[in-house]
Amino acid sequence: MTLSREFRKGLWRENAVFRLLLGLCPALAVTTSAENGLGMGLATTFVLVCSNIVVSLLRKVIPPKVRIPSFIVVIASFVTVVQLCMEAYFYDLYKALGIFIPLIVVNCLILGRAEAFASKNRLVPAVVDGVGMGLGFTLALFVLGAVRELFGSGTLLGYSVFGEAYQPLILMILPPGAFIAMGLLLAGMNLFDARKQ
Amino acid sequence: MNSMLRLALVLTLITAGAGLILSMVEAVTREPIAEQRRLATLRALRAVLPPGDNSPDQDTVQLLTGKDRRGRDVLRTFYRGRQAAELSGVAFQVVAPDGYSGNIAVMVGVDPEGTVDGIEILNHNETPGLGDKITLPVFKDIFAGKNLQNADWRVKKDGGEFDQITGATISPRAVVGAVRRGLEFYHEHRDEILADAQGGGQ
Repeated sequence: MTLSREFRKGLWRENAVFRLLLGLCPALAVTTSAENGLGMGLATTFVLVCSNIVVSLLRKVIPPKVRIPSFIVVIASFVTVVQLCMEAYFYDLYKALGIFIPLIVVNCLILGRAEAFASKNRLVPAVVDGVGMGLGFTLALFVLGAVRELFGSGTLLGYSVFGEAYQPLILMILPPGAFIAMGLLLAGMNLFDARKQ
Repeated sequence: MNSMLRLALVLTLITAGAGLILSMVEAVTREPIAEQRRLATLRALRAVLPPGDNSPDQDTVQLLTGKDRRGRDVLRTFYRGRQAAELSGVAFQVVAPDGYSGNIAVMVGVDPEGTVDGIEILNHNETPGLGDKITLPVFKDIFAGKNLQNADWRVKKDGGEFDQITGATISPRAVVGAVRRGLEFYHEHRDEILADAQGGGQ
């Protein structure tokens, strides 16, 4: 498999949220606005790439019997690094994402890539896989957040789209709206793929 | 047995490495984080206090408000704002435990007589798009100029004069109640809060 295929698979064919349905907890919970989705996606991408690098480098050192605890320690460390740096340098985003930053630790996307890919591949493919998967996750969260923000608040990235007269569909910002938006986007993707074939 | 030792050794090394990296990152970010938290407090203080020229977070009084469930003292900090060494206002934080989800932390600024100058929502988990409208000026500005004598501290739905937000009554009701209790506490302890205030003590 070539590197560019490795990269692109995360964006569409094996998109974490829309195809593998991994990491749904943060994907559904934080996407009340496009900005939150973007911030969460980028934080997750950072952790994913870093953990893929370390897991790939240590793949011959870590005995299979203790691989899961080892991966978790590596992932949790990077999450803590992200959390500290975000609070120090991006305080507003840190306040907006709040509880969901520590929860990146249990995002099964990251452990899943460490287990399924990084622990079996060399450094460069592992990095490419991490970047692709992470950006695919970011894209999915951004789209989900944008759709919910657009209909739920009538804005996009904080800018008014529909004008003052628009009556926001508050449901879209509430938890059920996350499932509805997710379902509709999934259906749209399936339709698109089915048409193409 | 040998493989068992190897497992333990590898896991220990990984954990130790992680600990080392974390301690380094923590050391680097400790100061900026403390500064960010101080700035956030200061921003809230500036927003609720009349214009002043001191650092209200350096000029504080702590008073006992009661005991928590484990019997430890609960202290409330009063931040004093000054203009040319003259006391211009006092700010304090109150917590509304009866919001829709979780506590709502509110910073309240009053003039020395106890009339609200402004409020600021510090922390909340209210429903996005509904209860979180308590953070908008439309709601916060209602409080300015109100005190215990000139206002009925209830939301309109309960017969008072504070506009609730369309579709959300619980969050505004919680905030109004918390601010009222804060004002009552201020009223009862005004002398202690303002003690040594006239003598400078910057």
